[in-house]
Amino acid sequence: MTAAPPRHGPQRPVGRDPDRQADRLTAISTSGLTKRFRGGQLAVDHIDLAVPDGSVYGFLGPNGSGKTTTIRMLLGLAFPTGGSAALLGVGMPDGATQVLHRVGSLVEGPAFYPFLTGLDNLARYDAVDRTADPKTARTRIDTALDRVGLLSAAKKRYRHYSLGMKQRLAIASGLLRPRDLIILDEPTNGLDPQGTREVRALIRQIAADGTTVFVSSHLLAEVEQICTHVGVMRSGRLVFQGSLPELRRTGAARVTVQTADPEAAIKVLTALGLPDTRVSAPADLPPAPAAADLLPAPGSGSGQGIAEVSAVLGDAAPERICAELVQAGIGVRGFAVTSPSLEDLFVGLTGEGFDVGA
Amino acid sequence: MSVPRFFASELRLVFGRRRNLLLLAVTAVFPLVIGIALRLAAPHPQGGQGGGSESGAAFFNQLAGNGVFLTFIALSSLLILVLPVVVAVVAGDSVAGEAGYGTLRYLLAVPAGRTRLLVVKFAVIVTFGLSATFIVSAVALVAGAALFPVGPVTLLSGTTVSLPDGLLRLLFVTLYVAAAMGALGAIGLAVSTLTEHAIGAIATVMILVVASEVIDNVPQLAAAGPYLPTHWWLSFDSLLRVPVDTSTLLRGLLSFAVYTLIFGSFAWARFTSADVTS
Repeated sequence: MTAAPPRHGPQRPVGRDPDRQADRLTAISTSGLTKRFRGGQLAVDHIDLAVPDGSVYGFLGPNGSGKTTTIRMLLGLAFPTGGSAALLGVGMPDGATQVLHRVGSLVEGPAFYPFLTGLDNLARYDAVDRTADPKTARTRIDTALDRVGLLSAAKKRYRHYSLGMKQRLAIASGLLRPRDLIILDEPTNGLDPQGTREVRALIRQIAADGTTVFVSSHLLAEVEQICTHVGVMRSGRLVFQGSLPELRRTGAARVTVQTADPEAAIKVLTALGLPDTRVSAPADLPPAPAAADLLPAPGSGSGQGIAEVSAVLGDAAPERICAELVQAGIGVRGFAVTSPSLEDLFVGLTGEGFDVGA
Repeated sequence: MSVPRFFASELRLVFGRRRNLLLLAVTAVFPLVIGIALRLAAPHPQGGQGGGSESGAAFFNQLAGNGVFLTFIALSSLLILVLPVVVAVVAGDSVAGEAGYGTLRYLLAVPAGRTRLLVVKFAVIVTFGLSATFIVSAVALVAGAALFPVGPVTLLSGTTVSLPDGLLRLLFVTLYVAAAMGALGAIGLAVSTLTEHAIGAIATVMILVVASEVIDNVPQLAAAGPYLPTHWWLSFDSLLRVPVDTSTLLRGLLSFAVYTLIFGSFAWARFTSADVTS
């Protein structure tokens, strides 16, 4: 399981590529990347990430699905027990000192010295960067603080910052210089809706500058508006990777019928060969439980017993289904063809959560 | 070109922390207190006799005759606990403290470079130990000059040397003690890479120091003595003899070098191969 990973991928010249359009390298690529903790737990299980250059890549998955461990390996903080990873074409972790100055990162929440000001904290990280120009340090720090709206709090001690300010300071540390790639691990953790919106706007801005953004989240809703690509993790495995339209295409459209006679409706749908029939009360939240569980007892409460019957549409023509239902004498109160929301797809891929580390 | 900026930044950080400044202040107060106490206990200054005994206590006889000896008394007293504590705090905190705050992962993501980070941390520890040692010598020298007569220095071997010669020997003594503290710093650095609890690392280093001192004082364990990290700390009295006992001095310096090498290598091996999970 600990096959020596072939490291050093093809190298790219240091510095920002002026002709980005021609540059279609993957910003992040991993091959069979695996991390087994010493306790034997498989935290990351052979994942093959391919983050296109210039994309905004949403790295999704419930808490405990291996996202942070993956990010730690990408940044050279943790060593893989199998497979390999490359940032901007440079193999990690061996290439850490060559490539990481082109990568801004926020890993598992902000971390700064509480007794230093925001400014001094950023100055400290900048002083550590051997490729940063000390002459421009102050200007760069001020610019970064300004971008996250912290310039007025620059001289405040970090311990007096609010949670949102701390999070923004951490993002600022990723913006101390132009980057080719920004890795943000749960950047909206602990932020109020206003703060979440601000971070989203900031990510859009960063991406507009041509920087590839890799942003992890356990909430699809937080990132679906800004992502061009997504990868979905579940229990250490990458269960989906692709563009958002590709993710949408994986969702099967369903036909939904509102009727007072669900049993008969199901018979019709089944006779038409539609798979995965389900019944739920119309107000019920998706995903609905399996049909048998919710079927109302025959003859009971038929007065208000409107139920929603649904099935996977497949190749069937909706018009024909409707006609068949009516022909069978079923009172159709409502009829719809729906595609699942991204959220449904996401939940479908990741499970309902709470099976952390299972 | 990059190490100096990183080093300067770390130095500012360590010397700017209130806790560390307090440690240095406490270190500076001790020689003063010792000087005043000895001045009060020995109200009649008179020429002392060359003792030639092995222990630091020999210095006490000399003090009444010459204030310069307050420096040696202060150094040998503070070497038992105070200076090791000062070094243990900064060394134990060096990596474990960063891990505890979570700043370690960001330093490495900058990227600091694991080896480079360790080298800078060690350089800062050594600088801090050197500063603490020189503060003891400087304060003790000034206090000694103010409280006792100062003149040609009568050494432990009974020989009297000129004051400049005596001060030069003091400089070497201080550097020797600083080297001892540097070796302790390497031990502290190694311990510090093992945990993310700075307090645990500091306590561990102090337990090692005290254990070493205790074992060094058990006659039945005398054979282990020369291999203990603290054994050679007080051997700086070799510099206060004519001729200078160079073989003892060199054995002491060798011991410091070996401890620095072993624990430095250990720290490096550990730090460059361990996952940063904090």
